[in-house]
Amino acid sequence: MSISHRHVASRGPREWNDAQRAQVDEIMARYPTKQAAVMPLLWLAQDSFEWLDLDVMRLVARTIDVPASQVHAVASFYTMFKKVPTGRYVIDVCQTLSCHLVGAGPIIEHLERILEVDEHGDSKDGLFTLHRVECLASCGSGPMMQVNEDFFEFLTIESVDQIVAAYRSGTPPVTPQPQASTWQWNRSAS
Amino acid sequence: MAVEPVRILSANWEVPGSHTLAVARTRGAYTRLAKAFAMKPEEITQVVKDSGLRGRGGAGFPTGMKWSFVPPKDKRNGKPVYLLCNADESEPGTFKDRYCMWMDPHLLIEGMILASYALDCHRAYIYIRGEFRFIFRRLEEAVKEAYAAGFLGKNIQGSGFDLDLHVHLGAGAYICGEETALISSLEGEKGQPKLKPPFPAVEGAWKAPTVVNNVETLAAVPWILENGAAAYKALGTEKAPGTKLFSISGHVNKPGVVEISMGMPMKRFLEETCGGVRGGKKLKAIIPGGSSVPVMTAEEVLEGLVVTAPKATDAGPVTQVKVARWLMEAGAAVKQGEPILECEDGLVITAPATGVLSETRVAVGSSVPAGHAVTRVAPTMDYESINQVAGSYLGSGGFIVMDEDTDLVDALTNLLRFYAHESCGQCTPCREGCGWMYQILCRVRDRKATEQDLVTLLDLADNIYGKTICFFGPSAAMPVQSFLKKFRHEFVARVQTPDAPVPVTAITGAA
Repeated sequence: MSISHRHVASRGPREWNDAQRAQVDEIMARYPTKQAAVMPLLWLAQDSFEWLDLDVMRLVARTIDVPASQVHAVASFYTMFKKVPTGRYVIDVCQTLSCHLVGAGPIIEHLERILEVDEHGDSKDGLFTLHRVECLASCGSGPMMQVNEDFFEFLTIESVDQIVAAYRSGTPPVTPQPQASTWQWNRSAS
Repeated sequence: MAVEPVRILSANWEVPGSHTLAVARTRGAYTRLAKAFAMKPEEITQVVKDSGLRGRGGAGFPTGMKWSFVPPKDKRNGKPVYLLCNADESEPGTFKDRYCMWMDPHLLIEGMILASYALDCHRAYIYIRGEFRFIFRRLEEAVKEAYAAGFLGKNIQGSGFDLDLHVHLGAGAYICGEETALISSLEGEKGQPKLKPPFPAVEGAWKAPTVVNNVETLAAVPWILENGAAAYKALGTEKAPGTKLFSISGHVNKPGVVEISMGMPMKRFLEETCGGVRGGKKLKAIIPGGSSVPVMTAEEVLEGLVVTAPKATDAGPVTQVKVARWLMEAGAAVKQGEPILECEDGLVITAPATGVLSETRVAVGSSVPAGHAVTRVAPTMDYESINQVAGSYLGSGGFIVMDEDTDLVDALTNLLRFYAHESCGQCTPCREGCGWMYQILCRVRDRKATEQDLVTLLDLADNIYGKTICFFGPSAAMPVQSFLKKFRHEFVARVQTPDAPVPVTAITGAA
């Protein structure tokens, strides 16, 4: 199944459920104005409703008493707010200079090939959406990619294959946490 | 001077479980609060001022001075003060704050409590980039722990001081690391910068006085308070005291984050700390402070600035100078304008830049023709030296190394794609110009450009620089200007010989 329905007009009106409502209240208490809650509420909405269609944005707008256009303006400004549906796993692969210098190019091409992505970056099996993104602050451990929230660093063709295979098999790989060996300390006297 | 390495920011990074409150407390976390609460808030600002701590986000502005711009309570019209921690680390080549927050979140929180107390701030936020959501979760955990232990909230440790601290998650916009854009974003607007003045310290978040400090800056405050301004000032250089985290990436043997005292010779930093250029290759270029700063050539890094015997002085023309005595030893740290060499007729030759003096290459008693090299001043890792020797900046400390095989046209094109993508779109010169510069560079890279395109490219850069609301425009223009100035031959070769083979590099095949 491919994600062909990129421009879904509406999935119907939305409301927060009780658990979400409690989170909304907790979020709004953190800021001196309601409007300031727009980003955390968009995150909550995205977590709750997968992506942000216009009805979801209208819900956020109602919640904080601003015009829906204001919420739309904010949602469209930031790249991580999903205005279209994506695959279950979003792969953001870094293409900026430091990663580029250590071989991000071949890694990106390999990902495109094995995922069989279309022009939107959606994989043929519908499981992944691949984005070429700008610097993710992992410059000393490139090439790297972020799958949903998890960073995968020092990528090779082999490790990319393994990571993709693990997601495909339904048992996502354990995220390698930063280890002391992945960066260095102050080894030399200053 | 061989000083023992001092670890202020990364002291706990290798301790297992360093991010938890239990472990952090065994390492001294929150012990500085009692000392601070016994002081007057303005005394803390004074300590930070005296320490010479400078903002670690990139601009290097003195932190204590920034704090002192916040109006006193009776001149704030009842408005609160906000402290915002800038954790939107996105500058290509920079990845230090990420480890600060991941390995030692309580150090940052403690620094924020101390800063808030100094600023009379009772509500502070950490603005962290959306891509760091896994760190955001860790920070939220740490904040929760700090609340539970009474380090945050009402009447902290019986001091009568209240502070609420929240973590705010961005959602993918480089520009939100610019302080006024960060404020716009926090307020719930698009993250677009605002004109200064008014400066945030006077009118920032929600029109109230606001201080925005980088993660690394705030994380240095507890140590400074504990050990005193003099101890901090004893580290590093006179104008750039203390230690700094550097992010090392590119063609080196040991990429990663390191903490060093400011003022280490750049050559030594490259060869020892970075482990040298990988694969035994020669160095071609370095970007010393994150992608936005001007590039440095290998000569500037390794050789520094040539100091020549003057051809003319106030006393008249000079044909030869005879070296009477060296006033500095080889390897000594020199300041711009400092006398380094005395000649027989009373002529004194001064350092043209701050840095480290290379070998005293002319023997005492020997003569040098005017205009010839007598020695060199090589750059050191601090704000002044990098600027004076190479016209570049220390910036955020994102040290990107490129070896002899690097295609610099391709490298610059890569950077301009970044700027074209990240321009917030508010100012026309930046919004349009960055895209145009990227398109022209693509043509140069692909050998489809004419020489006129290089003229246009520089013209565009000149018309962006200084003509935008924020410093993003100049940040995009500076790489273009410096690459074209310092490596012009590579660009000219691309437009003049359209049929020459494309150099094979490690990065060919990338977008």
